[in-house]
Amino acid sequence: MSGFQGKKNIPRITSDRLLIKGGKIVNDDQSFLADIYMEDGVIKQIGENLIVPGGVKTIDAHGRMLIPGGIDVHTRFQMPDRGMTAADDFYQGTRAALAGGTTMIIDHVVPEPGSSLVAAFEQWRSWADSKSCCDYSLHVDITDWHKGVQEEMETLVKDHGVNSFLVYLAFKDVFQLTDSQIYEAFSVIRDLGAIAQVHAENGDIVAEEQRRILELGITGPEGHVLSRPEEVEAEAVNRSITVSNQTNCPLYVTKVMSKSAADVIALARKKGTVVYGEPISASLGTDGSHYWSKNWAKAAAYVTSPPLSPDPTTPDYLTSLLSCGDLQVTGSAHCTFSTAQRAVGKDNFTLIPEGTNGTEERMSIVWDKCVVTGKMDENQFVAVTSTSAAKIFNLYPRKGRIAVGSDADLVLWDPDITKIISAKSHNLAVEYNIFEGMEVRGAPLVVISQGKIVLEDGNLHVTEGSGRYVARKPFPDYVYKRIKARSRLAELRGVPRGLYDGPVCEVSVTPKTVTPATSAKTSPAKQPVQPVRNLHQSGFSLSGAQIDDNVPRRTTQRIVAPPGGKANITSLG
Amino acid sequence: SAGHASQGCVWLCATSDRLLIKGGRIVNDDQSFYADIYMEDGLIKQIGDNLIVPGGVKIIEANGKMVIPGGIDIHTHFQMPYRGTTTVDDFSQGTKAALAGGTTMIVDHVIPDPGSSLIEAFDRWREWADEKACCDYSLHVDITHWNDSVKQEVESLLKEKGVNSFQVYMAYKDLYQMSNSELYEIFTFLGEMGGIVQVHAENGEIIAEEQARMLQMGITGPEGHVLSRPEELEAEAVFRAITIASQTNCPLYVTKVMSKSAADIISQARKKGNVVFGEPITASLGTDGTHYWSKNWAKAASFVTSPPLSPDPTTPDYLNTLLASGDLTLTGSAHCAFSVAQKAIGKDDFTQIPEGVNGVEERMSLIWDKAVVTGKMDENTFVAVTSTNAAKLLNLYPRKGRIAVGSDSDLVIWDSDAIRTVTAKTHHSAAEYNVFEGMELRGAPLVVICQGKIVLEDGKLQATAGSGRFIPCSPFPDFAYKRIKARKQLAVLRAVPRGMYDGPVSDFSPMSRGGTPSASARTSPTKQTPPVRNLHQSGFSLAGAPSTEETPIRPAGRRIVVPPGGRSNITSLS
Repeated sequence: MSGFQGKKNIPRITSDRLLIKGGKIVNDDQSFLADIYMEDGVIKQIGENLIVPGGVKTIDAHGRMLIPGGIDVHTRFQMPDRGMTAADDFYQGTRAALAGGTTMIIDHVVPEPGSSLVAAFEQWRSWADSKSCCDYSLHVDITDWHKGVQEEMETLVKDHGVNSFLVYLAFKDVFQLTDSQIYEAFSVIRDLGAIAQVHAENGDIVAEEQRRILELGITGPEGHVLSRPEEVEAEAVNRSITVSNQTNCPLYVTKVMSKSAADVIALARKKGTVVYGEPISASLGTDGSHYWSKNWAKAAAYVTSPPLSPDPTTPDYLTSLLSCGDLQVTGSAHCTFSTAQRAVGKDNFTLIPEGTNGTEERMSIVWDKCVVTGKMDENQFVAVTSTSAAKIFNLYPRKGRIAVGSDADLVLWDPDITKIISAKSHNLAVEYNIFEGMEVRGAPLVVISQGKIVLEDGNLHVTEGSGRYVARKPFPDYVYKRIKARSRLAELRGVPRGLYDGPVCEVSVTPKTVTPATSAKTSPAKQPVQPVRNLHQSGFSLSGAQIDDNVPRRTTQRIVAPPGGKANITSLG
Repeated sequence: SAGHASQGCVWLCATSDRLLIKGGRIVNDDQSFYADIYMEDGLIKQIGDNLIVPGGVKIIEANGKMVIPGGIDIHTHFQMPYRGTTTVDDFSQGTKAALAGGTTMIVDHVIPDPGSSLIEAFDRWREWADEKACCDYSLHVDITHWNDSVKQEVESLLKEKGVNSFQVYMAYKDLYQMSNSELYEIFTFLGEMGGIVQVHAENGEIIAEEQARMLQMGITGPEGHVLSRPEELEAEAVFRAITIASQTNCPLYVTKVMSKSAADIISQARKKGNVVFGEPITASLGTDGTHYWSKNWAKAASFVTSPPLSPDPTTPDYLNTLLASGDLTLTGSAHCAFSVAQKAIGKDDFTQIPEGVNGVEERMSLIWDKAVVTGKMDENTFVAVTSTNAAKLLNLYPRKGRIAVGSDSDLVIWDSDAIRTVTAKTHHSAAEYNVFEGMELRGAPLVVICQGKIVLEDGKLQATAGSGRFIPCSPFPDFAYKRIKARKQLAVLRAVPRGMYDGPVSDFSPMSRGGTPSASARTSPTKQTPPVRNLHQSGFSLAGAPSTEETPIRPAGRRIVVPPGGRSNITSLS
């Protein structure tokens, strides 16, 4: 972990020690009235009539809610794309995050396929360290699969505090991995105690559909969503759940954009799969009907993958699933490009750089759509915007909770403020805001990051480079307690039946044969362990005598199943 | 024995060419009624009471028993070549077993060697079957590799050879397995040509990984087969196949539905409006995968088939329920019998065990016992799932699958009270094991009439090798394609007429693979229609003013078209 970089940035000496009086502390489990005293960026005391040093800056909360600062689990600030860079860099991006009540972001490192993961990680570190205004951490995307990747992943987990890796089921011939590679990657991720994240879309089908749509002469942004129907997203979610069940690896689905995909996740959770779903600001707040806008630039601003669903009932559905716990965390997938950058794809929608805004709007949108509507209470709000993310990525209770010893990242939340989102007033570098004109209720009044006031009276006081990299340890309890238990149970044993010693049919040597039975072709290069030869016990008996051979079924096989009953589970290596 | 049988025929043919069944209750898939049936030259000529028939006609008294259309076993693998040997039941043995069980037509799978000609393989299967089959038959052709010449062969099989169904494999990595892109192309093509896509649905990539893991753990017996192919992998592949079929607007047929999970996916998809048909087989309807743990290696190996039988013993009951409710559509046997010595090729490595189970003889009785006796379905639904639906899908209806004037006289007098115990000692298959060994089944054929001739009577089978005819199937069966055609007409995609963007464009390096997911550019097509340039209409508006722009939420130029259930864009008929 990099050191605390406070020396050069102490903009407001008074904010090193802070007392918040009369607030209602809201954690994910309960709300209660108490004062909070912070020093050196850490919460020191919580309670009433606290004894604090003199001259401490005091904020009077007047009974308003104090919530743990938001954690945006999915950002792509400053992301390189074909020689261009996403419009919001780590400064602009984290500044927007703070303006919206988010005090930590987790960005995605996207290594060039074939290049070093660690080098890319270092590159992102240096960008973020110099510019980030709030604490941050990094996911690393696996854009390629070979032996060296495995070693680099191990290094990243052990030496660099990374505990989550994303694989792509889409972007054929660029980032996309095959099912076998995903199986192997998940096995490695499980052994390392990390979280497998997926970008879930069937890239093969998308590529075919893109070709078809272009052949039809459809080149505008509507082609983007037409070539990526939501079924293709749901299919990939289903497939990654299947692989994660087989490998007993925890799964995290980034960007849940459609009802179908969310349904697949909800169903899998009922069957006991360890899977988490991340809807984003865009899928919770707007829909894909805008792809048909006559204004090309506006339509292009919505281009992201998986795309926003053209079904206008999607946001309401996803907010309901987020409220009932079928979906657990929210990110923004903030990745913005200017209109000129988008215009690279003006004649071909497949070239439009992808991504939407949402880091600034996330907290308010979730409040407006979920809490104001009565779908969730303020404690659940804290869970889905902060606590669950901290738990899944092993930052809890340092982040995601207001407690003694936790980081002093918190937000004084005003549930009554009403704002109209507009590109004219947002803190982003882009010309369009996909939530343009949306009126949202609920906004941060005061934002405290690392114990310093960064938003007060509508004014932002951020410091470029003050954000620290927060390392994350592997095997987060929240995720791995169940995985570990299943690993212990999932011992598979062969049936001790001695060797078959009856007649054996002669086979021709030609390996390629004419029957589906020749799955032999797929058998591993590594030779299996020879079975123990027991000459006293023959497994062969004459045919026709079956009714009488009272077979003890499954005496040695221990059937082990997770709740819901399926799947054999792998052992934790 | 073939000689004896044909001698028997000479005598039989003379008397059985004209047949009258009196006093039977005719059971079709839509209704049951009492009537007499008069047949001549292999066709049903009259149905009714007090029929006027020529003298000297052989008369069978049905005594109020049910007369049903002969069963159609839509999935068999008779005489299938396997590594230099052949499955033990050839077309003669196999069709005899079929007739003994009340099935009067089978549809076998042609499996061409990957890389070889589909038509040559088809001709070879025709030759084998023409020489030996004792009942009418049709053929599915499996597509084991994909390229332009295969595509041409598929077209001529469809148009000239009487094949309307083709199977693709999602399993058997590096052998038969197709990639998603290939599946997409095949589905698109068959959807346009009026064929039925059948899938062997299992995720072969994951199976290969799991097989390697099992063998490394030292699990080499038949239990390794089912452990390396958990039912989720079947369900996953079914899900994927449905997704691709839905994208390409192609009717889908899932062969061998073996697990609850796979069946659930099919029924969910049908509720959403997908044109998908599920085929549970005799084995999945009648037994389960607990036998893989049998201490008797030979017995355990006899259950090896893919997808495997589910170890969950509640599976057969569940699948019978879905078959009764219509979520699963038809039944086959996937009969593919190997001797113990052949199975023993895999005695040290379960991945080498030849795959396949018996079931062609037991299919009708088993479904009667599990589904009709239990009250899950009535006798009409029984006819639908054992015969009529298959005939409809193969485009053979009402020639097959129905008792009506003009239909083939393939029918069965069904004794709903007969009780038989299945055992390898008495079955007609040449295999030493029977996966239904010891099972007591109620319901059996009393008389079987095939091509107007009595082939089973008083428990005696009198079939003639080579009497079976190839029945060509034509494309675009209404049962599947009426809906597909309607959707094609609706599914016109249109671009938004917005003129060209004429604002600033950022510099970028198209060569770089880029650090962004948006680089799907790499996958963009070579063929590209340039959009029409309309200089009078600019699609660009100044930034910062988007709120003033009116948004057509449902743009006028685009017709939103959805199948029942509401999703997916559907392809257009080119």
